[in-house]
Amino acid sequence: MRTALTILRKDLRLELRTFETLPAMVLLSLASFVIFHFALARATVDGQLAAGVLTVTLLFAALLGVNRLFVAEREQGGFDAFLLAPVDRTSLLIAKATALFLFLIVLEVIALPAFDLLLLGSSLGRSLGGLVVLLLLADLGIAVIGTLVSAIAVQTRARDLIGPIIGLPLLIPALIATARGSGPLLLGHGATFPQGKWLLVLALYDSVFALLAYAVFDYLLED
Amino acid sequence: MLAPIYSRGLRGLALATVATIGVALGLVFFYAPLDADQGFVQKIFYIHVPLAIVSLGGYILGALFAIGHLRTGDRKWDMRSYVAIHMALIFSVGGLITGSIWAKASWGHWWVWDEPTLVSYLIVVLLFATYQPLRFSIEDPERQARYASVFAVVAGAFVPLNFIAVRLAQAYVHPRVLAAGHLPPSMGLTFAVSLIGIALLYVTLWKLELAAKSSRMQVRRLRREVLGDTAVRPLGRSAAPS
Repeated sequence: MRTALTILRKDLRLELRTFETLPAMVLLSLASFVIFHFALARATVDGQLAAGVLTVTLLFAALLGVNRLFVAEREQGGFDAFLLAPVDRTSLLIAKATALFLFLIVLEVIALPAFDLLLLGSSLGRSLGGLVVLLLLADLGIAVIGTLVSAIAVQTRARDLIGPIIGLPLLIPALIATARGSGPLLLGHGATFPQGKWLLVLALYDSVFALLAYAVFDYLLED
Repeated sequence: MLAPIYSRGLRGLALATVATIGVALGLVFFYAPLDADQGFVQKIFYIHVPLAIVSLGGYILGALFAIGHLRTGDRKWDMRSYVAIHMALIFSVGGLITGSIWAKASWGHWWVWDEPTLVSYLIVVLLFATYQPLRFSIEDPERQARYASVFAVVAGAFVPLNFIAVRLAQAYVHPRVLAAGHLPPSMGLTFAVSLIGIALLYVTLWKLELAAKSSRMQVRRLRREVLGDTAVRPLGRSAAPS
């Protein structure tokens, strides 16, 4: 656990000093909102359409973070150093997944108000609580799958290609639950809390893949 | 270390496959009644559904072999997993094409989104279609095998989760007229024989491919021993285990 905290602290410090990944994720999501505005020819969106725009934007922004997650380790020999150290290999998974999870939360803290302002017509207020619960569960799934996919992709020759093509299909169940769960919340005067079944699907998805990632992560580091 | 001999029993298996598929075709065309609603085109059901079921089974099989590879570190399991997924992908293409033809004939569209089984199936195929590109972009054979196995295990666990999520996403679900319990006995029997036939075909092709790959490897090894290392040209880059 202490190892995981150390690696996490290293990653956060690196991000705070270089400001490389997070600003890119935020800018990509803001640009996407503008693109959706023109592509859909709408001043505001609501309901399922808004949920789709939000989910797809967050997903693509998350993929940027996923692609960058292990780059420093690979380019500067961090993997070798980590393998040499007498520590539990799983701590790297925990640290990286937590870092990605935190990145996603920071992204949403900025992107969600921007989305509300630009495309929702400032109607988010009532259902914000429900949306936050749903997004937190979704972030957990994206963080786990993203870390696993990133660890696989970073060792391949075409890592920028392999990450997204494996990651997108794997994330479809989480995407379905997030988009369908948030649709009614974005109707303006609709529901204030997502349907239980979507929270359940996300919880199931998160726990299955968290356990699986825990089980297989060691094999990605052997060398 | 001697490689397992995959060609053992292949001839009998191939004969059984041909016989079962022959019987299945006979049943499909001369025994199973015409569907009252869809008529003759419904008969594609006897090839489409078995193809889909067998290919899903093949993916799961690939995941199980991959677990074997990760646990033992023995490369023969990687080879089995690779061939299982490779064959399942080919069967999947058949399943998607026949499904599309059936959808066009009975619903009037080449693709329908409100059939959860079909949609989940497409997502699973899209995921497993990345198996080969992933292998292809890792050069070190040891790492290629290990990473491919990790992928196969994760993707295998993904299959049931994906079915649950897609099924819940449908506002209304088609009445499942073709679910096993609703088939009249004559159709059920025909379907069962077709399913067995396609499954046998899968196993036969899987063994054949394994036999071909392992004998090619042994021939190369022998040539190298007899003629020396320089006489055997190096393999081109490949996604297949070697």
